[in-house]
Amino acid sequence: MSGHRAPSLLLNDEQRMLKKTAQEFIREKAPAARLRVLRDSKDELGFSRAVWNEMAELGWLGLQIPEQYGGLGLGFFDLCIVLEQSGRELMPEPFISTLLLGTQALLLGGTNEQKQALLPGVAAGERLLAIGYEEAGAPVVAKRTTDGFELNGQKLQVLDGHAADRIIVSAATGGGGASLFLIDPSQAGVSTTRQHRIDGLSSAILSLDGVAVRNDAIVGEMGKGASLLEAVLERACAGASAQMLGASEQAFADTIEYIKEREQFGVPIGSFQALQHRAVAVFTEIALTRSVVLAAARAIDGAPDDVPRLTSLAKAMASETFLHAAKEAIQMHGGIGVTDEHDIGFYLKRAHAAYMSFGKPSQHRQRWAELHDY
Amino acid sequence: MSELDSFREEARAWVRENAPKSLWGTSGSGPFEGYWGGSKCEETDPDLLRWRDLGIEKQWTAPSWPIEYGGGGLSREQEDIIHAEMKAIGVPRPVAGQGLAMFGPVLLEYGNDAQRAQHLPGIARGEVRWCQGYSEPNAGSDLANLQLKAERDGDAYVLNGQKTWTSHADLSDWIYCLTRTNPNAPKKQMGISVILADLSTPGITVRRIDLISGYSPFCETFFDNVRVPVANLVGKENEGWTIAKAILGHERSSIGRSIARQPGSAQREVVARARKHFSAEEGAIPDPLIRDEIASLGMLEEAFHLTLARIQESAATGTPGPEGSITKIVGSELKQMRFELGMKVAGIQGLGWEGPGFDEDDLQYTRDWLRSRATTIEGGSSEIQKNIVSKRVLGLPEGKK
Repeated sequence: MSGHRAPSLLLNDEQRMLKKTAQEFIREKAPAARLRVLRDSKDELGFSRAVWNEMAELGWLGLQIPEQYGGLGLGFFDLCIVLEQSGRELMPEPFISTLLLGTQALLLGGTNEQKQALLPGVAAGERLLAIGYEEAGAPVVAKRTTDGFELNGQKLQVLDGHAADRIIVSAATGGGGASLFLIDPSQAGVSTTRQHRIDGLSSAILSLDGVAVRNDAIVGEMGKGASLLEAVLERACAGASAQMLGASEQAFADTIEYIKEREQFGVPIGSFQALQHRAVAVFTEIALTRSVVLAAARAIDGAPDDVPRLTSLAKAMASETFLHAAKEAIQMHGGIGVTDEHDIGFYLKRAHAAYMSFGKPSQHRQRWAELHDY
Repeated sequence: MSELDSFREEARAWVRENAPKSLWGTSGSGPFEGYWGGSKCEETDPDLLRWRDLGIEKQWTAPSWPIEYGGGGLSREQEDIIHAEMKAIGVPRPVAGQGLAMFGPVLLEYGNDAQRAQHLPGIARGEVRWCQGYSEPNAGSDLANLQLKAERDGDAYVLNGQKTWTSHADLSDWIYCLTRTNPNAPKKQMGISVILADLSTPGITVRRIDLISGYSPFCETFFDNVRVPVANLVGKENEGWTIAKAILGHERSSIGRSIARQPGSAQREVVARARKHFSAEEGAIPDPLIRDEIASLGMLEEAFHLTLARIQESAATGTPGPEGSITKIVGSELKQMRFELGMKVAGIQGLGWEGPGFDEDDLQYTRDWLRSRATTIEGGSSEIQKNIVSKRVLGLPEGKK
């Protein structure tokens, strides 16, 4: 921080306008109560293509995608403004899988052809992407063939893998190295099974049985898939943290509103100091989290050296804040808070899922310690 | 390049050229570190005295005060830049203390020209040291309950009663007091006035309070028929509570900021102590649970600094708002967390009070840890800060206290 000026953590006029428009749109078109409807109607996708397409028309899916690939060419910081608002209503649309994981992998490692083939479709809302990198038991291995590779194995918890048009898969490519491969789920040997999660998001078990891909399916450099994946996951951490920030804010705002109105003993329960001081604790954590989320997003746009530590900081802090805010929200809502009838329970479910995704806070603290040489 | 950017370059060049090298890296550059001055000052460090003189000559001891009152006539933003440049290399401000951080700004806002002319130049030059007479034995968190009596008698107020927690009253020249001028006001906040007193006035007695740390930064100050001129009233009689709240706002934000030190310094300090006490010169700290706690500290520290920067950037005016309360809550908790962890890594080597078998750094650290227990109490306890945020920021209804 010494020597140079830290990047601004404030929004400019356009960004404030974007924030306001996104908040209003999402509140109207995509309230959190949708999660119950999508769940109970056993919706095939688990999210709304119509809402996704509307957001595409507003330009929000291509905010950070360069103009040559059909986007607006703005920054990751701008994308995080929309992500934060999507978090407020716990939107189950494929922000993380498509805009964070898939798009960032292509932006960071894709060839011009790959980007040209896929990113305009992402910006237009027509193409959905996913990444498979979690494994248990049957690691995915890529075996050389005469004109490419053959992939075998299984990935778990592939976020939105049931709906994706293309899935990027990490696979061992010999010599201890890994590479990322772009596959089409409709091709022979690929099967996906949808997994239903507590938080209303869906993932998939991805099975690869003798899947043949050509050399041009590799994303990034051969054998350097691990470091590319790490950079992608850093961005996922930052974007997921922006969503968690928005979700924390909304859960907290709903709770404050509730304790101002709910009366017991003839007075609003928000007049009790036992609740007030805990509310201030959550408020304080959210204020700190906002700073680290903004700083992480800024770093991705302009300070690459700070990206590892600031994204770990954002993920660790946003995870703890969101989970705490959600637990306090339920407690302060009292009995109604643990009923399925009220939306506040969805915040706890998402908070837990988000906490566990892309590294738990303890893992990010360990990484932080390593990055600071202790 | 904007005007502020070129000013930043100028400030950086001047600070780096003039700050004595022995002072670099010695300070978090908060408003309460460094040379406090006053007529009872016994400071002998020639570099600290030289730095004071250079600051006075440059008119950068109170950069944003008007030139006629010993200031530099600069803007708030320029003042922030100067302080940030000092902080960047860890040198203290040329003159520090209550007068500059708290009393001066209040006199500029609420005092009259004669009072400003009488008091501000001495503060800016570090010649007159001020202390604050707020708390009383029965007026702590419930500050408005204060009882120090000030009765009008001709052209004087006669003061009777007691102040406590008067920081460094034994080393100060003047005190600004909250007094009770109307004991019959319908609300206790309504009969309070701010009155200034020269501590050498007959009838004032100062006694030091020993803390658990062995330090004595605070005093009790007794007033026995102390006569001070009516001209020492600041603002209007019985309307001192507004001024008191303004001072508390400055105090909270300055305590929070003064705790801030340099980004990363708390983490570095605890890591260094862990390396020393675990005999682990490099690599991972051997105890993974301690390592996790240090990372939590480091993360909170970074978040705190980013938040301070964000608040500073968004504050269009220089008046600290309710977010100053968050600053104080987080800053004081961070400080306690740092010392607790620093003590934890020291184990039994942190048990020393004095004498052989303990090294100087550890003895000092233990005292500082004990001192840190006061940070969540002084300047408005964390509980009071939370009441303020709850009411003013969250808009929660006032309940029974």
